[in-house]
Amino acid sequence: MSESSEVLFIEGGRVIDPASGVDGVRTVVLRGGQVAEVAERVERPRDARVIDARGRWVTPGFIDAHVHLREPGQEYKETVETGARAAVAGGFTAVLAMPNTVPPNDSVAVTELVLARAAQAGLARVYPVGCISKGQKGEELAEMGELFQAGCVAFSDDGRPVSSSGLMRRALEYARTFGAPLAVHEEDLALVGKGVMNEGPAATRLGLKGNPAQAEEVMVSRDVALVELTGGRLHVCHLSTAGAVRAVRDAKARGLAVTAEVAPHHLALTDEDVAASGYDTDFKMAPPLRSDADRAAVRAALADGTIDCIATDHAPHSAVEKAVEFDVALNGILGLETAFSVCLALVREGALGERRLVEALTAAPARIFGLPGGSLAAGSPADVAILDPGAEWRCDPERLHSKSRNTPWKGKTMIGRCTHTLVGGNLVYELARGER
Amino acid sequence: MIGRHRHLLGLEGLSREEILQVLDLATSMKEVLARPLKKVPSLRGKLVVNLFFEASTRTRSSFEIASKVLSADAVNWTASASSVTKGETLVDTARNLEAMRPDVLVIRHAAGGAPQLVSEHVACAVVSAGDGAHEHPSQGLLDCFTLREKLGTLEGKTVAIVGDVSHSRVARSDLHAMPKLGAKVRLCGPPTMIPQGIERLGGCTVHHDLREAVEGADAVVMLRIQHERIGDPLIPGTREYSKLWGLNARKAAEWLTPGCVILHPGPINRGVELSPEVADGPRSVILDQVQNGVAVRMAILYLLAGGSPAEVSAAGARS
Repeated sequence: MSESSEVLFIEGGRVIDPASGVDGVRTVVLRGGQVAEVAERVERPRDARVIDARGRWVTPGFIDAHVHLREPGQEYKETVETGARAAVAGGFTAVLAMPNTVPPNDSVAVTELVLARAAQAGLARVYPVGCISKGQKGEELAEMGELFQAGCVAFSDDGRPVSSSGLMRRALEYARTFGAPLAVHEEDLALVGKGVMNEGPAATRLGLKGNPAQAEEVMVSRDVALVELTGGRLHVCHLSTAGAVRAVRDAKARGLAVTAEVAPHHLALTDEDVAASGYDTDFKMAPPLRSDADRAAVRAALADGTIDCIATDHAPHSAVEKAVEFDVALNGILGLETAFSVCLALVREGALGERRLVEALTAAPARIFGLPGGSLAAGSPADVAILDPGAEWRCDPERLHSKSRNTPWKGKTMIGRCTHTLVGGNLVYELARGER
Repeated sequence: MIGRHRHLLGLEGLSREEILQVLDLATSMKEVLARPLKKVPSLRGKLVVNLFFEASTRTRSSFEIASKVLSADAVNWTASASSVTKGETLVDTARNLEAMRPDVLVIRHAAGGAPQLVSEHVACAVVSAGDGAHEHPSQGLLDCFTLREKLGTLEGKTVAIVGDVSHSRVARSDLHAMPKLGAKVRLCGPPTMIPQGIERLGGCTVHHDLREAVEGADAVVMLRIQHERIGDPLIPGTREYSKLWGLNARKAAEWLTPGCVILHPGPINRGVELSPEVADGPRSVILDQVQNGVAVRMAILYLLAGGSPAEVSAAGARS
């Protein structure tokens, strides 16, 4: 990524930077692709470029630990470029690209392709995630060493839980060589069975097969035990249940290297929303939308830090894969462009503090995956999001930057929107004036 | 229209009055079926398409006969002879059929919600003839019709529904309708066949002991044990199932009240959920259900294809 040599002043905004403990009106000075200074009063040269951020939040660029960019192989759903465009439109300056592409990212060739496409796009920073097992088949370890050297920052068989406890044990052990976490999709497939939504009264009413919350809890509990055995690092993807929260909380209390993320949709919606939607497949994802009690548990866990970060699980699918029977529709929904406003609603409801929200989108994922960014301290990359927390907008799927349209928030009025995104000091996204 | 509804996708959203509207009209329709000349011109020129993605003889024939008695044209379109195997989506199939200008599309599908998906993409009325484990509204209505006919009313009555409730769309439709008409429902089966949170649908209690469920009941609905579920594994086998949850002559004589009637949505697995003596015995109203099914479906088609209840006495039953 080319770093801007220009000097840029972001003035008048409320800087919220949990990493350096700043929360207040400040001027942010960017120079040479880095944060030069954050201060209350800064002399500005006459010719400096200025972004007026009055009335807005200025935060480190968001980092999304869980994004499906679909390239290579499924470019009809998304490409690295369109995904990166959606990212910066949502305030994300860095994303982790999950490896379940076609072919999956279990080789240096795929890792390099993703990195090359990201460099061509020149939008968000893209960090590839490599496979845990060859072909994500859950049988043999992928060549994690080569993948790590090529630029992968974590390993995952996301979408396909690692069913074999034996393989999971070896993966946790082997990945210790590189200090990289295993980002795991936790579902016991035998318990999931043919379940297509959360098991409970809503599924019963709809006559859809249930996927019990315990399918997640069982796997998280197993992997916590394996972390204890191996000393490895475990990052629980899209945690959705109260039982898994208990398992992670217990693991952290015991000092184990376990972290967790939660997706905005699990914070915002429940299985009752599936019922209310009338079988709308834009409410179908894995893990599924859970019960009200589960939602309350993940909200509380995010607020108290048991869940470290927010990650969108941005999962674009075409209409061909969604305009079908609920039973056969593919799992997953878009996340990048709605994450901020969806999570900001939790702040308005009093379920989450503003600073904790920003931390969960910035400093926390940077820390877990050892990434630059997530901070506006001097010397940090000049990755910045400017957000209007009061902006009202209508979520029109046709106007999203993603190639796909699968969002449960279609047609809904959203509050809170990214207005500017800078990566390496370059303005890579600016909301059109007419939309502000 | 049935009350406010342009489609019949389930009984969950129907009010007591809307259910009674169909049942009352079905009473008039049943008179038509009793005549030597079973034909009225009420839906002449209307087209009903039966779109069946799952095997069915009873329900499909019932809708077909109902259409014909009302003088509508009926076309059957089954999945095995369809383009589904060529990879056409459900929505495409429905749009193609819609282009042939039917007035009512009757759909059976293995996926819950499939009729609703179709209803969002076509202009004609859509009737669910059973979708996955969701609902089978015409069956629920004919069960209510039969109970009202046999018991006089559902008000204050107790109905036991026994069997694989978790996979049963009939049980769900019964459960959405019967309490609205004043009945109490007892659901019974092994815990593996009772879905989580079903009691929260309201109007029902859950039992695992057959005797407890049927003693004092005014009616018992015995659900079909589908052989394909046995490997699921919800039960060890049919032998033990029939011992614990099947109804035979001895249990019926000892546990059922004298007036208690026995229903079954069919087809029966003789010797599994019902012994032959009970299925064919004096309490059984199973064949009445089949006959009433035609009358109820006539009422449904009449209302959704553009008739109004006021017209039926003139155009239908008494013309």
